[in-house]
Order: sequence, then C-alpha cells, then structure tokens
Amino acid sequence: MPEASDVTTPRSATSSGEPLVLKLFICGASPRADSAVANLRHICEHDLQGHFTLEIIDVLEQPDLAEESKVLATPTLIKLLPPPLRRIIGDLSDKQKLLVGLDVARWMERSTPYT
Amino acid sequence: MSHAMDAELIKLPTGLESFDVISKGGLPKGRTTLVSGTAGSGKTAFAVQFLAAGIRAGQPGVLVTFEESIGDIRANMRGFGWDLATWEREGKLAVVDASPDPNIETVESGMFDLGALLARVRRAVDRVGAQRVSVDSLGAVFSQFSDQSIVRRELFRIAWSLKDMGVTAVLTAERTDDYGSVARFGVEEFIADNVMILRNVLDGENRRRTVEILKFRGTDHQKGEVPLTIVAGMGVVVMPLSAMQLRQKSSDVRISSGNGELDQMCGGGFFRDSVILVSGATGTGKTLTVAQFLKGGAAVGERCLLLAFEESREQLFRNAIGWGIDFDRMERDGLLRVVCEYPETEGLEDRLHSIQDIIEEFKPNRVAVDSLSALERVGTIKAFREFVIGLTSFIKHKEVTGLFTATTASLMGGTSITEAHISTLTDSIILLRYVEMFGEMKRGMTVLKMRGSLHDKRIREFKIDGTGMHLGSPFRTVTGIMAGSPGYVSPSELEWVWSKFDEGSQASLAELTEVGERRRGTDRRRPDMPGNGENGPNVAT
Repeated sequence: MPEASDVTTPRSATSSGEPLVLKLFICGASPRADSAVANLRHICEHDLQGHFTLEIIDVLEQPDLAEESKVLATPTLIKLLPPPLRRIIGDLSDKQKLLVGLDVARWMERSTPYT
Repeated sequence: MSHAMDAELIKLPTGLESFDVISKGGLPKGRTTLVSGTAGSGKTAFAVQFLAAGIRAGQPGVLVTFEESIGDIRANMRGFGWDLATWEREGKLAVVDASPDPNIETVESGMFDLGALLARVRRAVDRVGAQRVSVDSLGAVFSQFSDQSIVRRELFRIAWSLKDMGVTAVLTAERTDDYGSVARFGVEEFIADNVMILRNVLDGENRRRTVEILKFRGTDHQKGEVPLTIVAGMGVVVMPLSAMQLRQKSSDVRISSGNGELDQMCGGGFFRDSVILVSGATGTGKTLTVAQFLKGGAAVGERCLLLAFEESREQLFRNAIGWGIDFDRMERDGLLRVVCEYPETEGLEDRLHSIQDIIEEFKPNRVAVDSLSALERVGTIKAFREFVIGLTSFIKHKEVTGLFTATTASLMGGTSITEAHISTLTDSIILLRYVEMFGEMKRGMTVLKMRGSLHDKRIREFKIDGTGMHLGSPFRTVTGIMAGSPGYVSPSELEWVWSKFDEGSQASLAELTEVGERRRGTDRRRPDMPGNGENGPNVAT
C-alpha cells in the first residue's frame, strides 16, 4: 500500500456500517486543492457523520501513484469502498454531484439499522 | 525554455527514411507536431513508429495513450515488428496509459485541471530519459471530460510543458472529414507548432493514403500530398516522388537490348539506368521485346527481373521458347526472376512498395514490366501516375535499366494512357505498330525518342520467327503509319521530296541509308524477308 500523506481516522467507530474509503489526488498546494479538501471534509463530517478514511496524495510528489490509479485530472477523488468504485473530478464545489458520486443516499440507508 | 529556443531550425531525423525526405530532414527538434487524420488513416501507427525509430536509434520514448488501452496497442503494433513490451522492460519506452476505463464511473464536480496527467508524463520522461513523446490522441481527451474549455486550456499547458522538457513530440488528432477542418475540435492545430495531415480517401473504389505537411513553423518541407502505404513489418512508408528524382544518376554505358539490329537503331544500345517504354497494340511484339531484353541481360551475366501482369508464368515461358529464349535455364542460373501477379491483388501504393522490396532483395540489373497498362485499371489516373513516377525514379536511383511496355487501345496508331503519363519520364520510347499494306498486316517499329543519343528515325518493318525479332527495311513509301492512317507515296514523288532537303540533311540521310543498306545485306540471306528493293519493301512492281 502506498504511503499516505495525510490520514484522517474516523471520529467514531465504524460499528454502524461500512466505512467510506476515499483517496484524493491533488496537484501541489493550490487553492483548488485546498478547496477540494475543505469541501470534502465539510460533507464527510456533516453528511456522513465522519464514517470515512481519507488519503491525500500529491501527484507532484508521487506521480507513480497517479500512474497506478490512472488519474488524469486533479483534484480527483476516488471512492474505493464501499463498491462501486467511483471517481469524482474537480474541486468538489458542486455538492449535489459529490453526494451522488459518493452514493451517499445508499450508504446512509445501508448503515441504518431499520433496513 | 532555453533549450527549446536553441533547438530552432534543427530537425530530428525520425528514422523513417522516406518521411525524412518529404520533411527535409525530419521533425523540428524540441517542438510539437500535430498529426491529424480520419479514422484508419494511420495516426497511431505513425505515432508509435516515430517512437520505435527513435528507440532503434538509441533515443528512448514515451507513449501517452488516451484512446486505445496499452494492451491493445501492444498487440496491434506487434504486426509492424515493434515489441513495445520488451522496450518497456528494457527501460527504452515508458507508457502513460490514459485510456478510459469503462468500468469506472466518473462524475465531475467543479473545476479541475490535468495536473496528474502532466505529472505522469513528466515522470515517464524522466524515468527513461525520453527524447521523443507521442500522444495518441488529443480528441480522446475531449471525450473523457465534459468541460471542453478546461481540456483546451490544459492541452495547451501540456504542449507547452513538452517543449519545456525539450522533447520532440507527436500529437495525433482526429478529423471527421479528409478534406475539411484540420481537426475535430478546431483547436488542436493551435496547440502544436507543426501540422501534418494523414488521409485515407476513397477514390473511385480504391483507398488512397497520403500524407501532407501543412505547416512546419520556421522550416522548409515538401508541399502537397505524398502517397504512403502501411506495410506489415514496417509501418508507415511514405513514397516521396520528387525527392527521389533529384538523386538520379545518369550513365553513358550502353547495354544491349538483346537484339543487335535494335541496338543499332538506338545508336549502339540502351543506356544503363535509363527507362525505356515500348508501346504498341496487342500482338505487336511487346512481350517479345521484353524477352529479348532479358535474354540480352542474362547473356552477359546480368540479373533480370520480369514483373508480368498479363500472362501467366507458363504462358510466358512457353512463348519465350517459341522465340528461342529459354527462361527456364536463365532462372536456374539465377539470372532471372519472374513474378506473375494479377494487377488487382494489390493497390498501387502497396504494389510499388512490394516491387521496391523485390528489387532491393534480388538486386537485378534489368527490370521489365509487362505491361504497365495492366496496372492502369487498379487505381485512379492520379494514383497510376504516381505509381509510374515512383517506380521510374526508384529504378533509376538503383541504377537499373527498366523496360516497360504499354498497350495502346487501338490497333492502328494511337497512344495509351500509360504513354501519356510516362513519356516525359522515360529516356527512350520505342513504338511498335501494325501497318496495313495491300491486304496484309505488317509490323513496324520506330525509335521515337532516345535521350542523349543519335538514333534511327525511320519506321522499320520487322518480322517475328522462331529465333525472335528481325528488323527489315524502312517503310519508305508509306506515310501516316503512326497516325494510324497509312497512305502511299510513289517513289518519284519521294525522290522529289528528298531533293528539297539541304546538303546537311542529305548527308545524314545518306548515313542512315547506309545503316539500312547493311541491314538489307543481312536480309538478303533470308529469302523470306522482304525489302530488297531500293525503294522499300512491299511496293507492287
């Protein structure tokens, strides 16, 4: 497994369901990268109650990881788990698309004990 | 940036010899060249060949693929003899696989750039120390993202970065139309310094591939479309026509036509590295002229190649025996190779290439094509003309003597399309014609043109028997043979006409008559040959 530049451990235990495993590729320290990270954290913490792991990779430092994952655009967010594998490209400023991309509705459903 | 500036006007030989000719030295070094073309025009092959040629010349390369997966490209390119996987293992080639993965769903949310792609390209270039980069293809980048303005901006950035890295790059792009805008998205041509267009046009019922260098910033190149072909085991092969002609040599060494009388008519034989066209209607003796030409070569130990498009091998060999020429023995001696093929088996570009291959391999001193006209119907007139030019210049370049035959459409007189295209390219033209005289078909021959030499300008009768071709005396009293409408002139009228010429002409005429006299001397030993009379043969007395 590649070395993570930044790992955020889930705030609460994942007993309520599968955790969201995310990888974010950014290109150096740029306003766009910063806003992608901020937008992602905001959503994860508020809408997903912190059930996620996030690894941030700077393609300028680790281009081989970008090659391995076949990433073209930055920022690119890859949702590794739960399946299906999905990519969200951009600074994540479009919250609606981000939620759709992360399959948040489904994930929320699955993690509630009522279904 | 500095190295990009220093590199101005220097060209990097691509390793594709034929392409370097039309680009006058290769691709501008340290610059980006757009190769645009419709589907199936050979863009990917060209892009990979550019890298393959570099790798073979010790220049590592990077292949960036946006369209086909690298697995597909590896498999497709193996047919050209390029083993990408091995080069990758040996560190001579790095691949950036940016082809879309159909299994991964992608959503766009907000602004992005192609920073990761650029980082990967830079990494690949650094890793192998690449001097060449091929990107295939730009259009596929557009289709991977919905925001076109971002893609456009990012492609500019990538092109600029490639120059900054000091590599020579080939970028491919799609076109929707062979004769339309340069590329589909209308911006690709502004990304690169240079623009080349590959075409694959349906012309009549034939595919015609060409390459055109549209723009080479600050440096010279050949203009216009140049035919090319894509060959298994080799890749893209450009057929530069004009450039080859410039390098032609010329020789004043004479070689025998295989017929002593014809040699005399030509002022001592054909010139080596000349091209001779023999034109005539069907049955006038073209194939015989070819057979003699080959016999004449083999007799002095020269290697001869016969490319036959009209008759089968068996027919040719049998007919040659009928003229006392043993092709079989010549072949056994290794002095003759006969290639018989239907003209339709290959397109003209491919045909030219395979002929060049045979010539390179067999290294003949003489090449005969019987008949060139049979190839006319394979392609368009333009393609045929290019084929003839290509073949002629190649033969001359190789210092080979070429003898081509052309079939005229009409029995009497007339010219063929072949003649119209080739006559200025050939050094000598020999016309074989039927001459109708008093209810009998006779054959006449004349040397119409013989570059750089005096020759017999008369129309001579000839006969064909079991030992080949025998020239007789000139048709002195017949006019209009070549026009196809012979008329007769009485001997007294003829004398009156001759008397109108000045002294000089008289002298040269006397000279020519002397040649004729000697020939008639020969004829006298064969009672079957006409032409013993002073006023020419076959005049009723």
